[in-house]
Amino acid sequence: MQQLHYLGKQTLSMISGLGRAVILLVSAIVHVPNVRKGTPLLIQQLYSVGVLSLLIIIVSGTFIGMVLALQGYTILVGYGAEASLGPMVALSLLRELGPVVAGLLFAGRAGSALTAEIGLMKATEQLSSLEMMAIDPLRRIIAPRFWAGFISLPLLTAIFSMVGILGAHVVGVNWLGVDSGTFWSVMQEQVDFEKDILNSVIKSIVFAFVVMWIAVYKGYDCEPTSEGISRATTSTVVQSSLLILCLDFILTALMFVK
Amino acid sequence: MINSAFEANLVEIENLTFKRGERVIFDNISLSIPKGKVTAIMGPSGIGKTTLLRLIGGQLKPESGNILFAGKNIPLLSRADLYEVRKQMSMLFQSGALFTDMSVFDNIAFPIREHTKLSENIIEKIVLMKLEAVGLRGARHLQPSELSGGMARRVALARAIALDPELILYDEPFAGQDPISMGVIVRLIRSLSDALGLTSVVVSHDVPEVMSIADYIYIVAEKKVIGHGTPEQIRQDSSPLVQQFIQGDADGAVPFHYEAPAYRDELIRRVSK
Ligand SMILES: Nc1ncnc2c1ncn2[C@@H]1O[C@H](COP(=O)(O)OP(=O)(O)OP(=O)(O)O)[C@@H](O)[C@H]1O
Ligand SMILES: [Mg+2]
Repeated sequence: MQQLHYLGKQTLSMISGLGRAVILLVSAIVHVPNVRKGTPLLIQQLYSVGVLSLLIIIVSGTFIGMVLALQGYTILVGYGAEASLGPMVALSLLRELGPVVAGLLFAGRAGSALTAEIGLMKATEQLSSLEMMAIDPLRRIIAPRFWAGFISLPLLTAIFSMVGILGAHVVGVNWLGVDSGTFWSVMQEQVDFEKDILNSVIKSIVFAFVVMWIAVYKGYDCEPTSEGISRATTSTVVQSSLLILCLDFILTALMFVK
Repeated sequence: MINSAFEANLVEIENLTFKRGERVIFDNISLSIPKGKVTAIMGPSGIGKTTLLRLIGGQLKPESGNILFAGKNIPLLSRADLYEVRKQMSMLFQSGALFTDMSVFDNIAFPIREHTKLSENIIEKIVLMKLEAVGLRGARHLQPSELSGGMARRVALARAIALDPELILYDEPFAGQDPISMGVIVRLIRSLSDALGLTSVVVSHDVPEVMSIADYIYIVAEKKVIGHGTPEQIRQDSSPLVQQFIQGDADGAVPFHYEAPAYRDELIRRVSK
């Protein structure tokens, strides 16, 4: 009986949480943007959300590309198929690793920071004080952050895949001796714009939406105490990572399985 | 009913009931804030003074009752209308609530930049004037993290009066101030109302300061208004509750403790367990 009670309570609080998240999303992003005031805010956030995530994205992308090339080469060379190294790396990065790993890194780097920042603004009554100044914190604080992340992650994903391919080139061509012309030409032949590149962009847009939504909601809805903020930050990272992995499976099934 | 009150009172609270969960904070209280005057709200800690200011600002919704601001019923306003009404009021938060990502100067300039189209030149003049009024003109370049507690509250005060709004809600403006800055703040609040005709609501425990600036005082305790009047009337109030509060006696009619079973009973229960 007690378990049943607990289960019911949990379900109710989950549903009401989801409802609040939807309301937050709708009221933060559905309005006519004020270009004069909104643009500087957006640019500032693009810097702190996007530009500051560049380093981790570039470094991880390079290493993942290099490791893929190493592993790919040792397998492919057994079949004398090392000419396929280029497309192998490019397809792995574009189809799966780029969007997923960039999304996970972004959740850890930018998502958690946003949740903590918004949560702390709530705890120190900065959000209340905006409200009392007749400035809607949803528009002033939440919306620019949401949009900045939504724009940044697809770009970061593209950068991630690109530096990954360059990293693979360094290992495969410059170190292991695959022919550079073959590396590029076979890759060009095998990578399909619609199927691979467009799908990669679609995935990263979906992940960007999910990470940013969770990050701003968790910050805005957190309990305004130190434990509340730390719990919210953790759950931003955990929930967005899990959702990215789940959604990736679903999207892959929809995109690549005929 | 609305129009008769509207002339003299900027804020009219009628039969307000407010609960936090099961706990009743206000039980059917009514009070009015006269226009252009300084009204003080006093009461023991935790009685709901901050809550009352938030109710007036529309950040909390009452269980029942009306909160009329210039004739508009705050709890019933739409979000857009509420934001419109809030342009005519401002609030000094108990915690200061400065924006931590901006300097002192930008904090005070913030509401002016948001709500007016004044040039930076004029904004600078206004900000420096407000900072001068709280004695912190020299601190304009500091970040909020570099301020002491009392300084931060004075900056927050300067920000609250930046736009000279119709109604200013001060939550504990004197907390953490030395006698000199206390005197400055007292005169500042008084002069805003005398010179510009602004309406002020001051929440405070500092009985002498409140007695010296308030035109009218409400004393709130036990979910109700237990006494109200001019400082003179309050001083002569015959109610033991009011007398205890302004004298500051721990033993008396007003319970000093948060609701709890008698301490003696609790000790006995623990021992016998
Ligand atoms: N977020 C909240 N959730 C639940 N209860 C709250 C919350 N905030 C305040 N309370 C309760 O409401 C009551 C009134 O709080 P409030 O902050 O208005 O007191 P106050 O009169 O301003 O006290 P003080 O003089 O110490 O600032 C307190 O007893 C407190 O327990
Ligand atoms: Mg208070």
